[in-house]
Parts: sequence; C-alpha cells; structure tokens
Amino acid sequence: MTEILYGVFVGPFRDMAGSPAFLVEVLLGGVATGLMYSLVALGFVLIFKASGVFNFAQGVMVLFAALTLVGLMERGVPVAVALVMTMAVMVGLAFLIERVVLRPLVNQEAIILFMATIGLNFFLEGFGEMVWGANVKKLDVGIPDRSFIVAGVQINQLEMSAAATAAVLVAILAVFFQRTRIGRALRAVADDHEAALSIGIPLKTIWLIVWSVAGLVAIVAGIMWGAKSGVQFSLSLVALKALPVLILGGFTSVPGAIVGGLIVGVGEKLGEVYWGPLVGGAIENWFAYVIALVFLLFRPQGLFGERIIERV
Amino acid sequence: MTLRACSIALLAVLVAAGPALAPAPVVAQGKDVFIPLLVYRTGPFAPSGIPIANGFVDYFTLLNERDGGVNGVKITWEECETQYDTKQGVECYERLKGRGAALVNPYSTGITYQLIPKAPVDKVPVFSMGYGMSASSDGRWFPWVFNFPTNYWSQASAVIRYIGTQEGGLEKLKGKKIVHVFHNSPYGKEANPTLEELSRKYQFELTLLPVDTPGQEQKSTWLQVRKLNPDWIFMSGWGVMNQVAVKEAAAIGFKMDHFIGNWWSSSDADVVPAGDGAKGYKGATFHAPGTNFKVHSEIVKHVYDKGKGAGKKEEMGSPLYNRGVVNAMFSAEAIRTAMKGAKGQAPTPEQMRWGFENLNLTEKRLEEIGMKGFTHPIKVTCEDHEGSGPVLIEQWDGKKWNIVSDWIQPMKDVVRPKIETAAVDEAKKLGYSQRDCGKEK
Repeated sequence: MTEILYGVFVGPFRDMAGSPAFLVEVLLGGVATGLMYSLVALGFVLIFKASGVFNFAQGVMVLFAALTLVGLMERGVPVAVALVMTMAVMVGLAFLIERVVLRPLVNQEAIILFMATIGLNFFLEGFGEMVWGANVKKLDVGIPDRSFIVAGVQINQLEMSAAATAAVLVAILAVFFQRTRIGRALRAVADDHEAALSIGIPLKTIWLIVWSVAGLVAIVAGIMWGAKSGVQFSLSLVALKALPVLILGGFTSVPGAIVGGLIVGVGEKLGEVYWGPLVGGAIENWFAYVIALVFLLFRPQGLFGERIIERV
Repeated sequence: MTLRACSIALLAVLVAAGPALAPAPVVAQGKDVFIPLLVYRTGPFAPSGIPIANGFVDYFTLLNERDGGVNGVKITWEECETQYDTKQGVECYERLKGRGAALVNPYSTGITYQLIPKAPVDKVPVFSMGYGMSASSDGRWFPWVFNFPTNYWSQASAVIRYIGTQEGGLEKLKGKKIVHVFHNSPYGKEANPTLEELSRKYQFELTLLPVDTPGQEQKSTWLQVRKLNPDWIFMSGWGVMNQVAVKEAAAIGFKMDHFIGNWWSSSDADVVPAGDGAKGYKGATFHAPGTNFKVHSEIVKHVYDKGKGAGKKEEMGSPLYNRGVVNAMFSAEAIRTAMKGAKGQAPTPEQMRWGFENLNLTEKRLEEIGMKGFTHPIKVTCEDHEGSGPVLIEQWDGKKWNIVSDWIQPMKDVVRPKIETAAVDEAKKLGYSQRDCGKEK
C-alpha cells in the first residue's frame, strides 16, 4: 500500500524535480500536441457555434482536405496552386452541404442534423477513397520536421510551426467573430435560427460561410497532422482526440478550444510519462477523457462555454 | 390497383426474387477448391490490406491461368471485406464457411483468436501465417491451427540474435538497453514474454513501451525513448502507429539502423511519410522483397499481361504484396499435399488438415515454383505447426527494401518450451485434449 501511495503521490514529483529539463520537454510536447488537437477542435466549434450542429464529419473533413491537397501535389500541381485549389474544393463542398444536406433540414431537431453529418462522414470517407486511393501519402509542404536542442531541451520544428499556426488561426477567428458583421450574424444564428431569420439574417449564406471556414480550418489541421503521420484514412480518427478538448473548452468557444487543447495535451503527456508506468503505460487516450470528465462535473458547459438555462 | 400499390407490389417481387436476380457469386463447383478471402481493402488499415489481398489473388490467378489450378483442380475464392475489424471478420467467415471452405486465412490476430475455437467444429483449418496465437504452434493441442513459417516469439528471439550479432555476440548484450515499442493489443504484446525471458538470460535492460491504438499521437512514448537513450528499439506496430513511430524516431535523431520493426511494421507504407528520415530503418521478414524472382515474371506473363492483375503491375514486389504471394503459395502447396490422398478431387476437410500438417516445402520444390531464395524451405509436423522457420532482416534505403542479413535461426531452446507451456494453458481454456502424434505417424 505504501508503495502504491509513494508511486502516485511522491515518485512522479521526485522524477520531475530530478530532471527539470526533461519536465520542460514533456510540457512543451504537451503544449504542441494540445495545439494540434485544438486545430481539429476549432472546426467543431465553428460549426456548432453558428448552427448548433455537432458535425460528426469534422474528422473526415480534415482527411478529405489533406487528401485533396496531397492528391493534387502528386499530380504535379505546385504547392501554392494546390492549396488554392483545395480551398476552392472545401468551399464547393460547403456549398453542396448547405444545398443538399442542411437546407432541407432547416428548423429540424439538432439530433436530425447530427444524424445527417454521420451520413456525410461516411459519404466523404468513401468518396475520398474512391477519388484519391487508400495508400499512405507523404505530405511535404516545406515544413521542417527536425529537432534541435536548446539548454538541454529538445524542440521539434514541426510542432513549433503547428503552435504558431494555431495561434495565428485563433487570432484571425477571434477577430472574425467579434469584430465583423458576418461574425455577429453567425452568433445570432447560433442563438436562434428563426429569430435570426426574422431580422433578415440570411441563414443559407451564414451556413455556407461557416462550413467554408470550417473547411479551411480543416485544411490547416490536415496539413499539420498529415505532415506528422502521412496522409491516410486514420487521419479522420484525430477527431476522437478533439472530443475531450471540446468537453473542456466548451462547444461554442474559440479560445476554449485552445485552452482545452493545452490542458488535454499537457495533462495527457504528464499522465503518461510520470504516472503511466505505474499501470503499464498507454493511458494517455483515456486519461484525456478523465481530465475532461472531472471538469465536466464542475462546469458542464466547459471552461468557456455558454451556460444554458432552460426554464419550464 | 393504384400506382402506389403497383410500385409496392413490384418492389415486393424484386425483393423476393433478389437472390435469383443477383450476379452469380464465385462458388466452389464440386471439383473446385474454395477459399474465403478475408480482406481489408477499405478503412484505416487499407494501405496494408490492399497489397496483401492483391498478392493472394494474383498468385491464385497465376495457378488457374497457367496450370489450370492445383493438380487440375481450379481454385475459387470470394473476397469479404473485414476492414480489419474482428466482428466483421467473424461475420465474413460465418457467411463463407458453408461454401465448402478448404481453409481460412484470417489476416488479423483478433479474428484468428475468434476462429480458433470454431476450427475443429467447422473442420476448416485456420492458417495464420506468422501471426495469431503463438501457443497454437503446438499441433498436439491445436490440430486445426497452423502458423508457419514462424511466430511472434520466434521472431523476437531471432531479432535479439541479430542484435547480438551486430554487437559482437550475444554475451555483449549484457548492460545494453533495448526498448520494445508495441501496439497496446494482444498482437502487440505477444513478443513481451519472450523478450523478458531473453533479457534475463542475456542481461540486457528491457523497457516495454505500449502505444494505444491507433497510435496517431505518440509524443509521450518518444519522450521516454529519448530519456532512456536505448541502444536498440524493436517495434511491434500496426497501421498508422508504424508511420508515426518511424517519423518520431527520425525527428529525435535516433540511429535508424538500430530501429527494427517486426514483419507487420516494415512495409513501404510505414516508411514513405518519413521520407529520407526513414533511411536505414530495418524490419524482420520471412521472405524477400522485390520482384527478382521467377514467380514474379510468371505473374506478369500469365496474369498482368492478360489484364487479370488484381492491382497495378508496378506495385508488385512490396513486402506486403510478397507476403500475400507467399501466403497463397503455402496455401496452394498445402492443398497439393492434401490431394495426395484425394486423387485429383478437391480435398475433404480432414485431408486438408492433413495436407497442412504434412507440408514439406523443400528447396527443390521452391525452385520448381519459381521461389528459390524468395522464402525458406519449411517442414510442418504434427507437433510443430510453426515450422520454426528462420527470419531475415531487411533495410530501407530510401527507395526500396534490401535484405541485409543471412537467415537467422530463432532460439528454439527458449521458444519451444514456452510454446508448450502456453499451449497447455490455452487448450485448457478451450477444453481441448492432447493428441498423441506418435500414434498418427
């Protein structure tokens, strides 16, 4: 018993104090990974914020965006042109989703829209495989992926690039939502579809914009994750890592997605490295959900989510 | 009758007649040998599943096109998509076994574990070539299961022997640090008991680092690797876990020629995303990569040149394509052996099981079928369904895999006793009794 208590409450902290440079490395690794999760979580937040739809297909949108980009590059299209073409494809996809899936379902229950995104998920997965094939593809858009040592701490260039990209993206999205007319309209639609329609906000246009922006965010997430693991169908599974981030940060908060990502990233790395060996390791997948659930007990709406009170 | 009623009636007729109107499936036609092919051409594991399935189909097509099958008996097959999912795999097996399945290649350790109890009941030999339950190598307890030419435990011992050779002898392993990065699943854990025993025997420091499925994110694992600074890494990975691991190892500057994947962690798909960073990465295998063998030119001539290839001609020769070819060849040779008692007919289930158990693939036979040097001769016996076959080490040079070792014998003195002990344990769970091989000779 004493051994277990020591292993849980003393040993890990002794290890941290004994090797501070390694602790910094773990923390940095957690921050970088957390921001990568945030990139995926942002797509969920955008769509949920503007339409109240939990987009089950967000992970596949990341995959589809990366597949399109790498598929074009494999056919000899220069990176910059391929990127522009991929953006066009994602906007086109948003147009089709609005026209074919969402428009016929205006004012339906949220669960109906959620089910529609499940269908979209499987369609995009199959369609992507049919068009671009199932092979693992190397994505090289020029982001360096080597590590260097600073004061005994190893820093990875790809992870730093991802962190910088996430920061820029959040800043742009924050300005977009808070400072622009479209951003305010998006928030109005999120609050109440019918009320937004009654004051003349064009719902169809708003949905098109938000799905397009989510598609563009998916390209960024796809590039970062694709550069890390190659572009392949497992890429869609990164959505699973975004869920605890959403639980933590709230489904409607852009900064929440970032802070949630950081907490999950750092928490799971600390858990795996210092407490994982006590139970044989491989705890980080479920440990992230444990962290999220603990938060959920105290703040069901997440750290930055909007508290919804419905009176009967 | 209204238009709506007419439509419903028509729909009902079509549904009722559906099976009759559907295209005729490939069915065993009396003299044919039917093999269900459990494949995963779609889903997250498709990059591995497609070349394996293509290798299978191309070799069976070669036999049918060139030789009219095995001893004049055509091989027929039907693919069933499992997506590497155990539940779907078992459903595929249940759907296809009634068509007179001569054998089944589950192509997943999870599916194999589910089919092992069914094999003696359904009388369908399970052939899990180099995967599945290592304990089933003991044919005295598992008469219907075969996992030759070698299993995970033999592979682990051969890899340690190779590392010993590279270090100047097994005695030089003392004090060395070896890390096993493994998929946190029954498959990934298979090699652990053998590695632990070898670490005690040769006194190297073994660290076991599990990676949860799917393995898209492994930062914690590689932070620990960096802290440990091991001399060698052995990996039992699968799917995206392999690609991320190779990239992470390259990113932390680990010596790639000291990083060895098992035979499910060393395909083209595993090294492509890391680009030049993967150069020097090694893998275990029990067959050669490439297309410099007569069997490949025969496949081109009789299959691809006739427009009957399962995939693209230029994708032949990858490690997993060749694995499919070798697996199909072993299956076909077991059928051929079984036919010794079948007089030109498709073998019965008992004859098929006997064919597997008495397979003796000699150097001469390998030469006859265009596979000399492609894989190693193997002899299966009543006691030994694994064959204790040797292992090769291949290395990625940035463009292709090259063999960089001689055939490495597994440590049979370590592995076989473990197999016999584990076989008793596993067989007891299934209520099996031991048979006397001496009486069957």
